[in-house]
Amino acid sequence: MGAFLNKQGRLASRLRWIPAFAGMTVFASSPALAASGEPVNPWVAAAYLVAGVLFILALRGLSSPETSRAGNRYGMVGMLIAVVTTLVTHSIASLPEIGVAILIGGSIGFITARKIAMTDMPQLVAGFHSLVGMAAVLVGIAAYLNPGAFGILDATGEILTVSRVELGLGVAIGAITFSGSVIAFLKLNGNMSGAPIMLPMRHVLNLGVLAGIIGLTAYFAIAPTVGTGAIFWTIVGLSFLIGFLLIIPIGGADMPVVVSMLNSYSGWAAAAMGFTLGNTAMIITGALVGSSGAILSYIMCKAMNRSFISVIAGGFGADTGPSDGAAKIDRPWKRGSAEDAAYMMKQAESVIIIPGYGMAVAQAQHALREMGDMLKEQGVSVKYAIHPVAGRMPGHMNVLLAEANVPYDEVFELEDINSEFAQADVAFIIGANDVVNPAAKTDKGSPIYGMPVFDVEKAKTIFFVKRSMGGVGYAGVDNEVFYMDQTMMLLSDAKKMCEEIVKAL
Amino acid sequence: MDFISILSIFVMACFVGYYVVWSVTPALHTPLMAVTNAISSVIIVGALIAAAAGSQADGGQTAKWLGLVGVVLASVNIFGGFAVTERMLAMYKKKERK
Repeated sequence: MGAFLNKQGRLASRLRWIPAFAGMTVFASSPALAASGEPVNPWVAAAYLVAGVLFILALRGLSSPETSRAGNRYGMVGMLIAVVTTLVTHSIASLPEIGVAILIGGSIGFITARKIAMTDMPQLVAGFHSLVGMAAVLVGIAAYLNPGAFGILDATGEILTVSRVELGLGVAIGAITFSGSVIAFLKLNGNMSGAPIMLPMRHVLNLGVLAGIIGLTAYFAIAPTVGTGAIFWTIVGLSFLIGFLLIIPIGGADMPVVVSMLNSYSGWAAAAMGFTLGNTAMIITGALVGSSGAILSYIMCKAMNRSFISVIAGGFGADTGPSDGAAKIDRPWKRGSAEDAAYMMKQAESVIIIPGYGMAVAQAQHALREMGDMLKEQGVSVKYAIHPVAGRMPGHMNVLLAEANVPYDEVFELEDINSEFAQADVAFIIGANDVVNPAAKTDKGSPIYGMPVFDVEKAKTIFFVKRSMGGVGYAGVDNEVFYMDQTMMLLSDAKKMCEEIVKAL
Repeated sequence: MDFISILSIFVMACFVGYYVVWSVTPALHTPLMAVTNAISSVIIVGALIAAAAGSQADGGQTAKWLGLVGVVLASVNIFGGFAVTERMLAMYKKKERK
């Protein structure tokens, strides 16, 4: 009975908010109704809705490689419908200019997409995110300068309160996406050091700027007139600044999370602009992209056993840890040769290959696939094992292996293959390190403790392809696997080593 | 459209997004990011409106040029995003059964 009362009490306390919420909605919705004086053509709304549904189908298609290409086509059709609908329903004063703009942008995009190397996908995606962010900022500014064209004026010729909030949020998220993505691009592209850059007092500074943006957006919404643009421009300026400040302290190892997070932001920016325009296609897309990026960030964080907050706080991989550096100097390890590896793998029944970012850097995926094919011809079962955070963005390794013609049904995720290491004759680690480090399971003091890793130490023989004994993963932790009895270190460039093994086979 | 119906669409779409994205196979997470990139460029709709409106109002001329730049940026993304996704998806092949 007591519990029941308690429940009721809680229910009542929740219900108290409902009148307030309802009041807010009325307040928010009534001016919008009054303002959109022009009658909305139901066919136009329906066309945008169809575009939105096609975008949902585009993502749905990606649930399996077989349906994925059809999905991508749905996406293209959706975009075409959205653009054509917009063009035919607005009186166009500048069609030639628009045509030229689409032509210029389209050819740049198309040529880039055709030429880009698959190893450079993370940079490309980060660069594309920055463009969406900038486009959102430009649309927001245009709507602020010419609100009449966007139908967001009230009877007195001022921008609607609800639209001001949407505009403020839209430009803010867009600007953060832009400057954050530019930094991510520069880091991924190697124009800027991947090491975290730590500013003094950065948490105080970031929170201050963030509070400034929120406060100014609120003030912008309730200000009696939007005639003076100072508030609006300060919001834009501060948002560019915070995007920059947020990403510079984040290290290279956390880049998969950052890229996913910016993916999410670009979606929310599009959604905010969709609210301003009352456009269903933009709102649906924004929500889809926003949740997609958020889910990917969550998956990446979980795969590294790091909380989202600690990634955003930054600084991971900054300290090189001289303490464990001292311990690793004199430990014995065995060096293997390409011939050893070829011989052992030829004799093996099953080989599991674990590729990591080092393979991508060395462009070794083709040589690796050739090695795998030769082993398969010898009757060896070859499987590829991919950790969720291998590479610099979600799914990066899968794309690289696909590019090298590795069939996708030979490529396995962590949880699907981890139990097979106990039966495997050979674990072939190429360019990966932290994802095979048993310290994640045993050493509570390790920075990577708790991260799910491959149980490579259960395999009968381990080959570890690595450039030298000096470097240790992004996390800067020593790896017990180097010194195990069954481990042979193959110290060489990943591509060269694969080619030598192919020769030896 | 009034704010509450827009908000309803948004909230529903978030749920749809949540379930659809969880069903995406991890092997296709990179194409997922590329294609979400392409479709988030539906923001081109806003840029087109700004560019099309021309200079009826005070800020119209500036807004038009900003809109045109927005159209360029969004087009890079639309064409680039869909093309690169197509290119990646074409590489995913099944094992040839002999």
